[in-house]
Amino acid sequence: MNTGIPLEYFLILASVMFFVGIYGFLTRRNLITILMSVELVLNSVNINFLAFNKYLFPDQFQGQFFGLIIIAVAAAEAAVAIAIIINIYRHFTTINVEDVDQMKF
Amino acid sequence: MTGNQLMFAIFGMLIIIFSILTVTSRRILRSAVFLLFVLVSTAGLYFMLNYQFLAAVQLTVYAGGIVVLIIFSILLTSHISEKFEVVGMKKQIFSGLAAIAGIILTISTILQTEFKATEVAAKEVDMEAIGLSLLNYGENGFVLPFEVISILLLAAMIAAIVIAKKGKTQKP
Amino acid sequence: MMDLSISIWIPLIPLFMFLLIGLFGHRFKPLVSGVMGTIGLGVVAILSYTIAYQYFFVQGKVDGVYHKIIAFNTVWLNLTDKLHIDLGVLLDPIAAMMLVVVSTVSFMVHLYSIGYMHGEKGFHRFFAFLSLFSFSMLGLVLATNIFQMYIFWELVGVSSFLLIGFYYTKPSAVAASKKAFIVTRFADLGFLIGILILSFITGTFDFITLTDTSGEAIRQGATIGFLGMSVMTWAMLLIFMGGAGKSAMFPLHIWLPDAMEGPTPVSALIHAATMVVAGVYLVARMFPVFHTSAPHALEIIAWIGGFTSLFAAVIACTQLDIKRVLAFSTLSQIGYMMLALGVSGYGGEEGLGFMASNFHLFTHAMFKALLFLGAGAVIHAVHSNVMNEMGGLRKYLPITHITFLIACLTIAGVPPFSGFWSKDEILVAAFHFNKILFAVEYAVAGLTAFYMFRLYFTVFWGKDDRHYHHTPHESPLTMTIPLMLLAVASIFAGFIPFTELVTSDGAAFEPHIDYMIAVPSVLIGIVGIIVAMVMYRKENGMPEKMANNLKYLYKWSFNKFYIDEVYMFITKKIIFNYISRPVAWFDRHIIDGTMNGIAGVTNLVSFEIRGFQSGQLQKYAFVFVTSALALVLAFIYLWTN
Repeated sequence: MNTGIPLEYFLILASVMFFVGIYGFLTRRNLITILMSVELVLNSVNINFLAFNKYLFPDQFQGQFFGLIIIAVAAAEAAVAIAIIINIYRHFTTINVEDVDQMKF
Repeated sequence: MTGNQLMFAIFGMLIIIFSILTVTSRRILRSAVFLLFVLVSTAGLYFMLNYQFLAAVQLTVYAGGIVVLIIFSILLTSHISEKFEVVGMKKQIFSGLAAIAGIILTISTILQTEFKATEVAAKEVDMEAIGLSLLNYGENGFVLPFEVISILLLAAMIAAIVIAKKGKTQKP
Repeated sequence: MMDLSISIWIPLIPLFMFLLIGLFGHRFKPLVSGVMGTIGLGVVAILSYTIAYQYFFVQGKVDGVYHKIIAFNTVWLNLTDKLHIDLGVLLDPIAAMMLVVVSTVSFMVHLYSIGYMHGEKGFHRFFAFLSLFSFSMLGLVLATNIFQMYIFWELVGVSSFLLIGFYYTKPSAVAASKKAFIVTRFADLGFLIGILILSFITGTFDFITLTDTSGEAIRQGATIGFLGMSVMTWAMLLIFMGGAGKSAMFPLHIWLPDAMEGPTPVSALIHAATMVVAGVYLVARMFPVFHTSAPHALEIIAWIGGFTSLFAAVIACTQLDIKRVLAFSTLSQIGYMMLALGVSGYGGEEGLGFMASNFHLFTHAMFKALLFLGAGAVIHAVHSNVMNEMGGLRKYLPITHITFLIACLTIAGVPPFSGFWSKDEILVAAFHFNKILFAVEYAVAGLTAFYMFRLYFTVFWGKDDRHYHHTPHESPLTMTIPLMLLAVASIFAGFIPFTELVTSDGAAFEPHIDYMIAVPSVLIGIVGIIVAMVMYRKENGMPEKMANNLKYLYKWSFNKFYIDEVYMFITKKIIFNYISRPVAWFDRHIIDGTMNGIAGVTNLVSFEIRGFQSGQLQKYAFVFVTSALALVLAFIYLWTN
């Protein structure tokens, strides 16, 4: 391939990033940092799409457009999530996810 | 080691290091800045893959838009100087184990899989081609996703306003 | 020729009245409900007379024999080709006769109740229940099959229950209604089992098929033995058990005296004239089956009837409550009817007992309704049930006095009043069957005259100078008119030629009066009257002396031979302690325990597992991620094929 880098490297990089995001999602308490972890996860998926497009189907656009759409979705998701977070903050005066546990038994 | 490989190594290292820092830093604003670095490095990777348009979008939307949004909301809801409490040991261990197990599982799967690299000549992806494809409803046309994403963005915008708006009766 | 299918309206009109008055009665003025119910029953009475006339004199007779006519029929439950339950109208001599009895008495009682129940709370409820009762009773009389009869049988029991407990704020009335319901329900259990056995053996519910003496159904099962008697005998005995419960035969008689807690018109209608003779009607309806397949059952019926009549007559001599005297008198008279059925043969002259029983049923309905309504008028005037508080009422209540006297003469069997004719036929039939039974009935005839005139003299003569709180006055016209009409019926009912109209096989036979029996029976009646007159005409010490001389007999009779106490002992001490209590324990601890245990375990498990539902988002996410990884592992590596 023109870049001289095997496809697997991209995939490994993306999956490491993905699971780092998951780790963040599971451990962080602040809702905003959780949101950032989600952004990491989305980003890693994006890398995968583009790498596959480049290496396996270079004559097509699908991967790129998926990436594009994911970026748009991420933007929308971030906007809504932050609106929700601000509302939660107003309601509970905290954005600690462990304190927001009203939805139980 | 070719230049490309060097670049990849640098970006890869940056992405992994800053990702880990993003999810472990105890100061929230630093977390946001580390996230910015990760996103910028990713944009670098896109440049490497010769996807200039996407890289530009990554920089503007992610780095320019989302991260700024996140920083604003941090300023609205947290004290900058505040440090997070240390995460509980049990939680750290279990989450870490899950993450590492996931990494091992995926990497071993990736390494076992044969990817058939094609020798087809790469298509030129300039702005014009992307623009035409986006509004084309024929073959290689993406007008439907384009419209769907437009509506999604509109809905998200309205929803964000409605949710974040203060109710009239609500106390400040 | 007239279409007999209009007879279906006879039960339907009271049903309609029941629904109308029951549902909307509280919106009308009370009097309107009463008048509506009365008019409804008046129409029914006219219809019944028309139908009876049509049946007896125009359409019923073919070649000199009365046939059963299905005037209306509809299949109600079509279970299988062979097994179906119909609802319809069956006309035959006894049904037509009962139609006349029920609608007449019911109409009279409705009319009377307008006056009697005036100003009572629940006036419209009373009339709604009366209509319900009329509907049920007419439906019972017209039933084409034993299952339909059973349905209406239970309906009659329910309306009786409702009417006895009419004054539901009075604990004694509530207890009496429950007692009546439970005792008759218990008897009806036997009836139901009897129906099931009978229909299992014969394969039909239908009365016409069942009672066809030349048919096959009636001969089934006579050869299958069980505990020394044929299965058919057992089935018929069980069916008679239902009849004995409704007709209050010994030992199931205990509910009837207590049922007098109900309003007096109810006692007249249900507990004297119509419902209590349902048992007699049932036996008469099934008579060919009894006679052909279960003669032993018939014999038992005769003895039970004879015993009950004597037993009740003895008790009636000592009771002080005017309505209870009449209640025991009713028991005694129904005993007569049962006995007459029990001693009867089938066909022609042999069926004298059958004829006599129905004859007596008819006349008894008239004069006993008259007695009860008269007693009601007395109670209405004096506001008391107890005889000792009455006396000299003949001056205040002239019409009641005369009609009551007529009724007493009738029941005492003095010619030419109707009671003489019917009772005489019963005595003749008993004489030909068994001399002991005859002697018993002969004694009962004397006792009857004695206790009726004891009642009469105490109430209307006795202490002439008795002082009342307020002067008793004659009842309003709505009450006296039924009395007079029923008095006329009591006098002349005896001249109806029953030997031509209502016989066991439908064919007429020649009546004759056996002076050997008629003359002594009249004599003993007159003796009874004279004894009563001597003792109670003027106040003297004789009744007390008599009671002291017959100390134990008097005491036992006064306490109704302690039958109630025996029942209480058996139910309270034995059944409650040794059967109900273990059953209740089993129910509470084993059955409920199992159910509660299941619920408890579910509850416990839920409490334990609700910990998972912590509301902690990250715990959910952790479970989600690890599960997803596990699935990936499972589907990609472990389950490769």
